[in-house]
Amino acid sequence: MEKRVLFRSSWLPWALILPQMLIISIFFFWPASQALLQSLQLEDAFGLSREFVGLDNFRRLFNDPTYHASFKITAQFSVLVAVIGLSLSLVLAIFADRVVRGAMVYKTLLIMPYAVAPAIAGVLWIFIFSPSIGVLSYGLGQLGYNWNHLMNEGQAMALIVIASVWKQISYNFLFFLAGLQSIPKSLIEAASIDGAGPWRRFWSIQLPLLSPTTFFLLVINIVYAFFDTFGIIDAMTAGGPGQATSILVYKVYQDGFKALDLGGSAAQSVILMMIVVALTVVQFRYVEKKVNY
Amino acid sequence: MVDRSRWLTILSHTVMLLGVLMVAFPLYLALIASTHTAEAIVQVPMPLLPGSNMWETYKAALFGGGKLGSNTSVAHMMWVSFVTAIVITVGKILISLLSAFAIVYFRFPFKMFFFWAIFVTLMLPVEVRILPTYKVVADLGMINTYAGLTLPLIASATATFLFRQFFLTVPDELVEAARMDGAGPMRFFKDILLPLSKTSIAALFVIQFIYGWNQYLWPLLMTTSEDMYPVVIGIKRMLAGGEAANDWNIVMATAILAMLPPALVVILMQKWFVKGLVDTEK
Repeated sequence: MEKRVLFRSSWLPWALILPQMLIISIFFFWPASQALLQSLQLEDAFGLSREFVGLDNFRRLFNDPTYHASFKITAQFSVLVAVIGLSLSLVLAIFADRVVRGAMVYKTLLIMPYAVAPAIAGVLWIFIFSPSIGVLSYGLGQLGYNWNHLMNEGQAMALIVIASVWKQISYNFLFFLAGLQSIPKSLIEAASIDGAGPWRRFWSIQLPLLSPTTFFLLVINIVYAFFDTFGIIDAMTAGGPGQATSILVYKVYQDGFKALDLGGSAAQSVILMMIVVALTVVQFRYVEKKVNY
Repeated sequence: MVDRSRWLTILSHTVMLLGVLMVAFPLYLALIASTHTAEAIVQVPMPLLPGSNMWETYKAALFGGGKLGSNTSVAHMMWVSFVTAIVITVGKILISLLSAFAIVYFRFPFKMFFFWAIFVTLMLPVEVRILPTYKVVADLGMINTYAGLTLPLIASATATFLFRQFFLTVPDELVEAARMDGAGPMRFFKDILLPLSKTSIAALFVIQFIYGWNQYLWPLLMTTSEDMYPVVIGIKRMLAGGEAANDWNIVMATAILAMLPPALVVILMQKWFVKGLVDTEK
């Protein structure tokens, strides 16, 4: 799409676009190309010497069982976050769409977690589930269930899933609600006249019409679980116990900043970049083919 | 409304109440914890009703003096967070307005190249290129400076695309009229385009402010000196004492303080917030 009427100037557009180009060249393109370059090099921890090693870093990664494990953990984590988060917020949105009285109060309270930083969400939930003083871990203990996420890998995973879902619920809820409200009332009314009850109307009309929203949210939630949960994990488990909650982004950080394996960390960054690009392409293709009703 | 069966309304309210309960529980507990003394909280189970230590807890948190994990006060950390969030927000909006204006309203060589160069930045969040970006910022001597905290986060194109989309919907007749009246491009930008973009700017402001305030990974790498810690980092550092050794009341008071500004922005600007959220994801 282009404007019909355009201004003419030989220097003005360059001046206007200059600040943005400067910033993205220095802080985006330069580092991104460095990551590509580094992923093909082997550098010692002090940065004294480096040599070109081709795809060795990648080969090393693909033969590294801890990297495989991290992949598996990330997949598990993102599926759990996306599925639980989407189902919960869909249920909430469906009922919020029906509620007339108090709708504003419910909505305002439900969007609160969006304002909370991931790291702080992590701190809030770790307080609740702290093995020694947490309220819920105490309650579970009374029920005969021993909660200690510092020892138990499954519980550590459950913990970061809970905090991540909690943090993302507002976002999903708002999009589902907007999607539901954009469904023409006449469709619902017509179905109602034909004798469809609320249950039937949900399965045959609302849910199918929400599928574009659902798909969009699915991609967004996976991206969220992959990248934006760093703060949650660092505040809650720091990747532990062992490596049980060390998702891919966390591993880039651990290997790069803690273990100073620059080449390996850069190679991991490159793999992550490819994953994001693939996800973005999926999303854009979907946007183009967006079903119109 | 199609049907008004009574039990369905009751069910709706029950589900909503359960949802709100689930969402509000951690916030409620944090608020309660911040009104007790550290000793009261480590009693198992901790009290679930407000205590009387609220004033002292918040005073200790805000102005230091307690046995915090760091020497700087939360008030100072909040100031750092505030400056960072504002610089990111205003910086992003400014450079994006200008570059979107150039891309939509001018014809110049390599225009499509610039367009795609900006577009690509949408794809890669800071998280995937942390190490090399860190190196660039370190080489520029920007560790522990506001420039280092903010500039790399400004380098993304969400806002540029939002403004581009919006400018494309502005009727061409306005440009024609402005030109006929003898207005140059910058005059048109200032007197016509900017006022029209007000709601987009407000929406973007809300989203970017929260984004900037809630940053974690980047400040974690970027700040080694305590007086440059944003509050989100500060709270993490307070947890270093391990499980029961923490002053949980102060940690929770800090958490409440840290979520206050973004929460206020969301509540007070709810209309723009929802618009901004929906628009930036299109």
